[in-house]
Amino acid sequence: MTAWEFTAVVWGLSFLAGFLGALTGLGGGVVVVPALALALGVNIKYAIGASLVSVIATSSGAAAAYVREGFSNIRIGMFLEIATTLGAILGAFLAGRVSTHALAIIFGLVLIQAAYHSFRGAPEGDRPTESDSLGRRLRLGSSYPVDGKAQEYGVRNVPAGFGLMFGAGTLSGLLGIGSGAVKVIAMDRVMRIPFKVSTTTSNFMIGVTAAASAGIYLSRGIIDPRVAMPVMLGVLAGALLGAKVLVHAPVRTLRTVFAVVILALAIEMIVNGLTGKV
Amino acid sequence: MDDRRLETIIGRLLQTGVLLAAATVFAGGVLYLIQSPSGHVDYRTFASSGPALNSLSGIVLSAAHLQSLGLIQLGLLLLIATPVARVAMAVAGFALERDRLYTIVSVIVLLILAFSLIHAT
Repeated sequence: MTAWEFTAVVWGLSFLAGFLGALTGLGGGVVVVPALALALGVNIKYAIGASLVSVIATSSGAAAAYVREGFSNIRIGMFLEIATTLGAILGAFLAGRVSTHALAIIFGLVLIQAAYHSFRGAPEGDRPTESDSLGRRLRLGSSYPVDGKAQEYGVRNVPAGFGLMFGAGTLSGLLGIGSGAVKVIAMDRVMRIPFKVSTTTSNFMIGVTAAASAGIYLSRGIIDPRVAMPVMLGVLAGALLGAKVLVHAPVRTLRTVFAVVILALAIEMIVNGLTGKV
Repeated sequence: MDDRRLETIIGRLLQTGVLLAAATVFAGGVLYLIQSPSGHVDYRTFASSGPALNSLSGIVLSAAHLQSLGLIQLGLLLLIATPVARVAMAVAGFALERDRLYTIVSVIVLLILAFSLIHAT
């Protein structure tokens, strides 16, 4: 492939990934990395570096829209970012030391988890709870709009959620993904934060988490400008369009299709990692 | 200033940063494609591109000479800086609200980011 062809194909793939990632809420990174590694034979480290950069772009680019809706909680986000950024530094250091085969296998396993998460969809209306003592002391509880009225919610199990967030940060730094699925599980399942608040706060946190490993990626040469350029521009354009059409999209069907695609990519990543092809 | 107003300002700041970064990356990309040799590209093997594109000073110098890859990296650096700016804004915002606990929390996050970026360069 010439530079022109490579740039055009990668831009197109990234646009599609960003578009579907925005519609399904899974983000573009989980598709971009296997697409580059499997379809175009790009070294997985370059793919991971380019994906991390695109993750920052979509997270920061969409932040203003989420804030307007009044769902994200900046206190919860900032507090948990202590855990995710520390994890991201650990992950970025590991990424430089782990072999590409191992990276492919770990990536495949994370994709299976993301596919499962996508199949299951959003949990049905969990009732907001009261904060426990630590949640109260940290003043993490707030309110969010439900049918035009402010609904109060509390935050529980802060230490467990904090620990899981460290793990989410490590995965993000190791694989160049936002690991939004793990972040949402930590907030929604463990800390009992309402689903909508969890997803939007997670999106807000992803950029800061990724920034913590980006410097380390850059100094190790994992971010190659010739690969990152079409990926970043493609994912960003796709995500912006995805956010615009979100309201009219058959999200349930899309999530199922996306989950099948991710599962197929997961199996191929693991097989290629085991046979040493990636 | 309440939380919501603070978050709206931060959200705007992030969007502006991303657009500026994307424009810089795009400009570098156009330049790269115009100058690109007709040979084939291959990214199968991992090889570090050297300090010109891996360090802050190298990137700034290369971008100042309007070298395409340096411009792209400069755009990506701008992009990496947007979430860092968001945390810095939060520090200021919480300090204005006289919220000591969350001023300290955001300062810790900023220190972790600074450690990572300084350690890397």
